[in-house]
Amino acid sequence: MNGKTFKSSMRARYLKQKLFFGAVRLSALLITLALFGILAYILANGFRAITWEFLTQPPTDSMTKGGIMPAIVGTLYLTVGAILVALPLGVVSAIFLTEYAKQGALTRIIRIGVNCLAGVPSVVFGLFGLGFFVVFLKFGSSILAGALTLGILILPTIIGAAEEALKAVPQTFREASLALGVSKWNTIFRITLPSALPGILTGAILGVGRAAGETAPIMFTAAAFFTAVLPKSIFDEVMALPYHIYVLATAGTHIEETRPLQYGTVLVLIALVLGIDLIAIVMRSMIRRNKRW
Amino acid sequence: MEKDFIIRTKNVDFYYGAFRALSDITMDFEKNKVTALIGPSGCGKSTLLRLLNRMNDLIDGTRVEGEILFEGRNIYAPDVDPVEIRQRIGMVFQKPNPFPKSIYNNITYAPKLAGIRESGEIEALVEESLKQAVLWDEVKDILTKSAMTLSGGQQQRLCIARALAMKPDVILMDEPTSALDPISTAKIEELIDTLKKHYTIIIVTHNMQQAARISEYTGFFYLGKVIEFNVTEKIFTNPDVKQTEDYITGRFG
Amino acid sequence: MSAMKIRKNILTLHAKEIAIRNLFGFFAFLSVLLLGLILLFLFREGLPLFKKISLADFLFGTAWYPTYEPPEYGIWPLIVGSLAVTFFASLIAVPLGLLSAVYIAEIAPTRIKEILKSIIELLAGLPSVVLGFFGMVIVGPWLQETFDLPTGLNIMNASVMLAIMAIPTISSLSEDALYAVPREFKEASYALGATKYETIIRVIIPAALSGVSTAVILGMARAIGETMVVLMVAGGAAAIPEGIFDAVRPMTASIAAEMGEAPFRSGHYHALFATGIVLFVITLAFNLIADYISNRFRETGSGTL
Repeated sequence: MNGKTFKSSMRARYLKQKLFFGAVRLSALLITLALFGILAYILANGFRAITWEFLTQPPTDSMTKGGIMPAIVGTLYLTVGAILVALPLGVVSAIFLTEYAKQGALTRIIRIGVNCLAGVPSVVFGLFGLGFFVVFLKFGSSILAGALTLGILILPTIIGAAEEALKAVPQTFREASLALGVSKWNTIFRITLPSALPGILTGAILGVGRAAGETAPIMFTAAAFFTAVLPKSIFDEVMALPYHIYVLATAGTHIEETRPLQYGTVLVLIALVLGIDLIAIVMRSMIRRNKRW
Repeated sequence: MEKDFIIRTKNVDFYYGAFRALSDITMDFEKNKVTALIGPSGCGKSTLLRLLNRMNDLIDGTRVEGEILFEGRNIYAPDVDPVEIRQRIGMVFQKPNPFPKSIYNNITYAPKLAGIRESGEIEALVEESLKQAVLWDEVKDILTKSAMTLSGGQQQRLCIARALAMKPDVILMDEPTSALDPISTAKIEELIDTLKKHYTIIIVTHNMQQAARISEYTGFFYLGKVIEFNVTEKIFTNPDVKQTEDYITGRFG
Repeated sequence: MSAMKIRKNILTLHAKEIAIRNLFGFFAFLSVLLLGLILLFLFREGLPLFKKISLADFLFGTAWYPTYEPPEYGIWPLIVGSLAVTFFASLIAVPLGLLSAVYIAEIAPTRIKEILKSIIELLAGLPSVVLGFFGMVIVGPWLQETFDLPTGLNIMNASVMLAIMAIPTISSLSEDALYAVPREFKEASYALGATKYETIIRVIIPAALSGVSTAVILGMARAIGETMVVLMVAGGAAAIPEGIFDAVRPMTASIAAEMGEAPFRSGHYHALFATGIVLFVITLAFNLIADYISNRFRETGSGTL
């Protein structure tokens, strides 16, 4: 190839590269804009609705006025319930997968199972919760049924995060402990698990965020259209923020009239969910930075 | 006088999957002596060391054939718990691996789990182990500080102290000084020399001078086999096998 | 400590170890059992439908009038609706997800990379009901006005909002795959005088192809299973669409919207569960394919390319 054609072909190659890099940057920009566009819009329209009454009072006047306190409380109950179900189960599963299981058919089946569970659509979890917890186990539409359904929904997330955290614990820690004649169980419980704890908690927090934002799984298992009083037991129905948004925005005759309430509720939900996610993200980067090993 | 062998291996073969990493290893390790295992990388010396306290159990798809007798009992017999074996055969690793706990808790971790509860006994044990590992003077005022703040050489001596706190009969050392500076290395070699009064030490080393300095017996490994196993002086001055001589004179390896 | 004391501890320990292992194994296996249980209860509540109509009439019937007398339970329009929004969402989400992954893995400076990863994670964290709401109040009216449509709640709107849901999945999984490409490959390519663009297109992406395909499949699975967005912005018409500005009623939307009103264990109720089975089977297939691809990749490495 002589110098001249080489040069002009180089120019063409760099032009292609420029175009490609332009497209790549544009895509990153679009994604960023999508997030901040949505957030800014909700914030701009929602912040006026946020008052002390809004956060602490129940809805009034057929849900056209008043606050969202029961929905906040309900979401809190459901989320805490879900994590109580998923965290122990998820951590134990992850311990088995990383510490005990040998590579084999059983591990393979469990992994496929976890992956497939992660892929089950949320509305199918809702159907399952309805068929199993509400109808078959006769829990009725209740905090218990909703929390169990959400717990199963976030189980794969928790397993994944816990597994990753356990895998990040250096093998030398385990070896050091075992070589001292400490049993496997004690090694896991006193060395591996404490070292992995921050990572596991990060995963748990992300799971909480996910559970708090889900609507479809609780529609038929726990969520009430409206309750004036707070739940008294785990067998009561509750209002929940995501479902409340859906109800206000789609049902009833006052959709336009209640727009401010809708924006306000959306803002509260976003603040809650993204706040939780942000805590997890910050926590994780802190763990990475302060890694002692 | 009849020699007292604390560990004997009989025709040991070891496989990682289909790969035979060790073949036909028969060695006797004398009590309260230092035995060095030398040889080029991948020759199987570390693998053998990790067989002696069943650390290779942790690796999937491995298989042992033959017998490894510890005080006459086959440690791979089905009724033997590896945990018990590891309480009596301690190990020090290539890279210092203290737990991310305080110095004090690094020492007390295993003895407490083994059932020592009395606090006076525990405290005495900490002091004794650290003194044995010649670390006491350096850390006695900072016992509650994280072990991660110690220097590499100090960490390694802490790991030795941690192993000593279990009062094992045998201490396995897997290239314990390869990650350390010369001064720390010298300290650890000195330590090994004092420890052998009470403990049997089996040490894997890359460093032939080290083997010559500290050990009574030396085994030379090559391609998963013991090529020669004899008194250290003999190995280093007048080996029987040509390969051994080539290795220690630096002609290969 | 005496050897006797230790030995006594050990005998009890040994049995305990085995018990713990088996207990933990059981709990780990629970995920598989739950999957089976989900299927079981979908069948329990869904199969009675087929006493009334045949599987073929259910799947390929073009009329979904579950509350009419006599009712008709053909979910073909719902399936088409699901596929349509998933397809158009993929058209948007795949390029954006992939390109952003390339940006993060290969081009962006470290700081921007970290920020962008957090942004994508936050995007993934946006509750679907929020996106649905946004699509309803912003995108819908805008579409209606701009294109002079009878409704802004249609395939187009749903696809855009679904794409936002699928992008984080595609982007972060693709990025993992791109990141895992050995440095040697890139260096070899640069050393031969290839530009960065050529290296990315000819070496890095092909080497990461199976991981990237997995990402795309899982992103699509996420879109097809997504409920609230399509419930709120797809328009809800249970008819086979003719254009991208037509309203549709994807399976998930149909289940979520109607389950509240369907009388307990009526034909309608069973039909919704049966729709759940179809949805479950489709997403399960997506996930198994993804698992198969990523697993094959792990075994053969990138040597197959």
